[in-house]
Amino acid sequence: MSDQTTLGQGPLSKTTLYILLSLGSILMLLPFLWMIISSFMTNHELLSINPRVFWPSTFQWNNYYRAMQVAPFGRYFFNSFVVAILGTIGELITTILAAYAFSRMKFWGRDILFAILLATMMVPNEILIIPNFITIANLGWVDRFEALIVPWLASVFSIFLLRQFFLGIPIQLSYAAKVDGCSDFKFLWYVMVPLAKPALITITLLTTISSWNAFLWPLIVTNITEMRTVPVGLAMFRGEAGSQYDLLMAATVLAVLPMFVLYLIMQKYIVAAASRSGLKG
Amino acid sequence: MNIQLQNLTMAFNNNPPTLKGINTTIKDGQLASLLGPSGCGKSTTLMLLAGLYKPTEGKILFGDKDVTNKEAEHRGIGMVFQNYALYPHLSVLKNIMFPLKMKKVPKAEAIERATKMAKLTQIDHLLDRKPGQLSGGQQQRVAIARALVKEPELLLLDEPLSNLDARLRLEMREEIRRIQLEVGITTIFVTHDQEEALSISDKVILMNDGEIIQEASPLDIYKTPNSIFSATFIGSPPINMIKDGDKILGIRPENLKPTAEANSKFSGTVTYRETIGRDTLIKVKCGENTLNALLETGDIVNFGDTVHLTAEKENIYNFDASTGRRV
Ligand SMILES: Nc1ncnc2c1ncn2[C@@H]1O[C@H](COP(=O)(O)OP(=O)(O)OP(=O)(O)O)[C@@H](O)[C@H]1O
Ligand SMILES: [Mg+2]
Repeated sequence: MSDQTTLGQGPLSKTTLYILLSLGSILMLLPFLWMIISSFMTNHELLSINPRVFWPSTFQWNNYYRAMQVAPFGRYFFNSFVVAILGTIGELITTILAAYAFSRMKFWGRDILFAILLATMMVPNEILIIPNFITIANLGWVDRFEALIVPWLASVFSIFLLRQFFLGIPIQLSYAAKVDGCSDFKFLWYVMVPLAKPALITITLLTTISSWNAFLWPLIVTNITEMRTVPVGLAMFRGEAGSQYDLLMAATVLAVLPMFVLYLIMQKYIVAAASRSGLKG
Repeated sequence: MNIQLQNLTMAFNNNPPTLKGINTTIKDGQLASLLGPSGCGKSTTLMLLAGLYKPTEGKILFGDKDVTNKEAEHRGIGMVFQNYALYPHLSVLKNIMFPLKMKKVPKAEAIERATKMAKLTQIDHLLDRKPGQLSGGQQQRVAIARALVKEPELLLLDEPLSNLDARLRLEMREEIRRIQLEVGITTIFVTHDQEEALSISDKVILMNDGEIIQEASPLDIYKTPNSIFSATFIGSPPINMIKDGDKILGIRPENLKPTAEANSKFSGTVTYRETIGRDTLIKVKCGENTLNALLETGDIVNFGDTVHLTAEKENIYNFDASTGRRV
């Protein structure tokens, strides 16, 4: 119990703490719950004010089926999955290679190059959108997967994060690996990458979620329906389907679901990674 | 395989050289220790031998092959680092197998060889553990097993015992010597502990400030030091240094014996007395010098007594006061 001494002392403050935490989580969860509940209501129930309805009289599972029918959500999901998966894999590869170069390899101008790279993080994304769009348009990539994936294949923030993690791995390990017959690449693959698993999981989560949720860029580089991603599709649907809130809610639940599942899967690894790094040695 | 260092020089960046032209040969199958105070360049020498640093000047020869420009991963040496540098994410077995995996040795054979090494280093009951779950001594054995498993022709050990407690140090140093003799591998052992160097090696290479001061067998370096540095660095309790005109006399404490007849040079009162195991150490104030003498069991001397000390002529080393060399 020694690890709890910094938290509330005595039963009273502990109770207060739990109450506050519970209130906080309810506050956070309420919109989600409301979204899920309303996705099972009829549009009429959803919009009724007097009396206000908080629970569907019968669960409208049909909402989900209908939502998938009125807009090509199947296609949107496919697009989003392709973009998120390829984008994340691509980013992991570039991040690992760049972070290794910036942390362990010696080459001329390395530190200046890294400083410049960091400086680009100061530039707001919005400023880059127009030049990026012009580039993509010139490449003829509008309405193609390349436009959705390629611009996001490298992330300065991820490189920075992983480089810092790599710098924390003792240099002696790379000496040991060299003596054991490793080239740079083998050392990276067999020693650095497994050791950096916690950082790589963080990067994977952040990248996948931001890719899944990306709105502005996919909106700009896609014109045809078939190339829309889920967030763009949802926004269009809201415009096109007007007041069909029941279907909108069902579609939104579906849109959130993959990230929720991803988090559930990753959470296990995050906890495992945290407890592993606590060991000595 | 004989190891030869020829005029090996190392300067980091634009600093004055850390190693100033080292020349030595280590014979096939021998265990040589690199001994010297902290910062004298022992680890640097080892890193050069491993190929992890590149020398500014000079050559390294393995047998008659010049390996000066060969990359570390192609030199085929085994090395144990001061902090062991085990791979934290791999089990003991996988740590030991790692060099074999890099050499693309078939898995079954690799497991067999790694297990054999683990038996030799007596860690075969720990194969599934991660390094973080091992004691310092166990980690060290894993490091040794990993260094030996690919059957290197040269084994480099950088202060492998410095993290261990006194008892384990003694045990492990015997162990290292046993394994080294059993495998018959040329070994270079870095230490700053003179007793360790004397007890384990075939040859002691004494270094100071980037230079080799003396190299000899443990007995010779103890009995015939070539300089004040060599005489004072080796031996515990330390050698007595007595100024005598433009000479300095060196006498080891165990060679100073109490005697009945009064001797003008080495007479004085006992200012300190201590029993170390079976020996008794006394400090005797003789004029401006305080001399250490190790007494044999028969000699009874008490605090405050006046004693006369003498030494055989051949046990008195003469050094030139200005150069520090033996004369
Ligand atoms: N990578 C490096 N860059 C610059 N100077 C270095 C480097 N490595 C070692 N030195 C310097 O070289 C000198 C010798 O260092 P070295 O590590 O070889 O000493 P050592 O004899 O192994 O000492 P210790 O017993 O403390 O380990 C020291 O003055 C050290 O500061
Ligand atoms: Mg050292």
